[in-house]
Amino acid sequence: MLTDACQTCPIYNESALKKLGVNTENFDFVVALAGNPNTGKSTVFNALTGLRQHTGNWPGKTVARAEGGFEYNDHNFKVVDLPGTYSLLSTSTDEEIARDFILFGQPDVTIVVVDATRLERNLNLALQILEITDRVVVALNLIDEAARHGIKVDERHLARELGVPVVPMVARRMVGVPQLLQAVEEVILGTYPTRPHRIKQQDTRLEQVIGQLVNAIETQFPSLPNARWVALRLLDGDASIEEAVRNHTLGDLARSNVIAPVGDVIPLQAVAS
Amino acid sequence: MTTDLLQTANQLRAGMGEDYHDKLMEAIYTDASQIADRSVAREEGKVRWTFDRTLDRALTHPVWGFTVMGLMFFGVFWITITGANIPSQMLADFLLGSVYNALHSVAAALSAPAWLSGLLIDGIYLATAWVISVMLPPMAIFFPLFTLLEDLGYLPRVVFNLDRLFAKAGAHGKQSLSMMMGFGCNAAGVVATRIIDSPRERLIAIITNNFSICNGRWPTLILMGTIFVATLVPPALASFVAALSVVTVAAMGIVVTLLVSAFLSKTWLKGETSVYSLELPPYRPPQIWRTIYTSMIDRTMIVLWRAVVMAAPAGAVIWLTSNIFIGDMSIAGHMVNLLNPFGLLLGLNGIILVAYIVAIPANEIIIPTILMLTLTLGSNIAGAQSGVMLELGDQQVYQVLTQVGGWTMLTAINLMLFSLLHNPCSTTIMTIYKETKNLKWTVVATLLPLALAFLVTFSTASIARLLGWA
Repeated sequence: MLTDACQTCPIYNESALKKLGVNTENFDFVVALAGNPNTGKSTVFNALTGLRQHTGNWPGKTVARAEGGFEYNDHNFKVVDLPGTYSLLSTSTDEEIARDFILFGQPDVTIVVVDATRLERNLNLALQILEITDRVVVALNLIDEAARHGIKVDERHLARELGVPVVPMVARRMVGVPQLLQAVEEVILGTYPTRPHRIKQQDTRLEQVIGQLVNAIETQFPSLPNARWVALRLLDGDASIEEAVRNHTLGDLARSNVIAPVGDVIPLQAVAS
Repeated sequence: MTTDLLQTANQLRAGMGEDYHDKLMEAIYTDASQIADRSVAREEGKVRWTFDRTLDRALTHPVWGFTVMGLMFFGVFWITITGANIPSQMLADFLLGSVYNALHSVAAALSAPAWLSGLLIDGIYLATAWVISVMLPPMAIFFPLFTLLEDLGYLPRVVFNLDRLFAKAGAHGKQSLSMMMGFGCNAAGVVATRIIDSPRERLIAIITNNFSICNGRWPTLILMGTIFVATLVPPALASFVAALSVVTVAAMGIVVTLLVSAFLSKTWLKGETSVYSLELPPYRPPQIWRTIYTSMIDRTMIVLWRAVVMAAPAGAVIWLTSNIFIGDMSIAGHMVNLLNPFGLLLGLNGIILVAYIVAIPANEIIIPTILMLTLTLGSNIAGAQSGVMLELGDQQVYQVLTQVGGWTMLTAINLMLFSLLHNPCSTTIMTIYKETKNLKWTVVATLLPLALAFLVTFSTASIARLLGWA
């Protein structure tokens, strides 16, 4: 049954998705799932992996990472569901787990699930993630609810502003999942060149200071992908980033793609469908 | 070389003034708002969120908010208590009657030695079967109902209502979220305190999480409410009063949480209260069948499995301690005799205290252990063998406890209080250690509730005796 004209398009490739449940062995790529609490992040996770993680709509529901897997176009993906947070700038453990995984775990792509009905607040987190990594896909979820409330988000414009793919979704009803998978693949393969939005500092003196520190960081870690973000954190006195400089984690990050173990992984107590 | 970098950063930071962090945040907010403005089109004329707003005003109203909260939780327990009655009885008849007898016939046919069939059937099997028939029906009703409330978006409103109280107690408002998690499982509640970023407030939340009644303790409260407290009123009102007593104990848990939080924040854990923002998510129609499915799998079955895993070895331990004799008394008998004077002082008895020692790994097995020990050590009624739990409905349980165990209303009420206040289970204690990495606070979180439990039960017992009620 066709519910969508896209289903006739050759690019549309829903059948290429094979849900692997908790089986995350021998993966080729790692996908991180980030987003505010209550945006349907766990629903997207379940849609991709076929798991049935209970979805709660309040912060604190997921405070550790949950993992699952899927296969798409003959590649195995591991999906890591990060705790839902409003920002990555505080020192609470849930935000640290999310931040550290995006930074040190170096996922091949980070899906940021945003709530279309509350775009502005959700973008605060999305912009912070775009500072850390340029391999991002934005899943614009709950567009049905937004439409009911008379809100229409121009996803093409949003994609231009953010410099990364934006996929409108209704994850609860699997709408947008094929498009999301395709965007994930394109970002990983580099066929969608991302140009992530970087936050402008109004204060010119501040810009100058940041520039100085970025230079110092780049001299020391020439291949670090997010020197500017590290500079911002160091200026903010972020103890865990200072520690990463001191114990060479940051240096290792610049050199290799080895996934550093971060935090505890709580095994997902769910049943694969 | 790396320290050079940090020094550079420190020097640069020193020259920047205090408002750096605010400027960072401001820049993010400005960009987010600009991008959102340019990407979002609003259809004029459509009234937004009217229904949600009206509902929120009612549910977070200083008076109505708490009224609705009380009624909701009362409703959940009332449905649980009345609904679980018949299936509980049927399960007991089947598992403790038919299956139990069949197992003994098989053992007799195989001419298995008495100690072996005793250990396996009267110990391990019966303890497990008891836990299932006591726990499964109420849990299978309670969890889906609670999950539905969660999915409707009601819990964040509860958090909103409680926030003011937590702020007054010098604790973090988000503590009400970890407290809510604790109503399912305290270990999960302790992990959920990760959302609190101030270490001081997080410790308060961890130590007080124990006062959220967890899965393992609901069945004890429900049973005591049903067979003891409900006898105070005519049968027509019995289930209401039973539900009311359970809700009262749960509400007392919240009061104790607030009091202990206030005490800690004024003594050992002094400091400022953090500010945070709480989102009231939109109400969403719950996916009823999906909710029932996931709450059965995620919660009911996992909780039940944990109880069964704990009950089987506990059943063996209880059977062995009741059947191995030192002198003229079994080991269990010696232990009960030793603890009995202290137990009676608390308005409880030695058997209850022994049961709480056996049940340190899991509160779920309290009631089966108490019954088994009462039947074994009490006078020999209904042909009970040592350490054998019988097929018992609520009425028979009441008779066993009052006639053989010598229980009074005070015993039942103090058991409810003790169940609310006593030390966390071993899983939770281990989780607390993992989360705090601090032995001292782990010990405090374990012993402070226990001391409180002794203090409160001793007080109620003394008052009841002074007034001649017990």
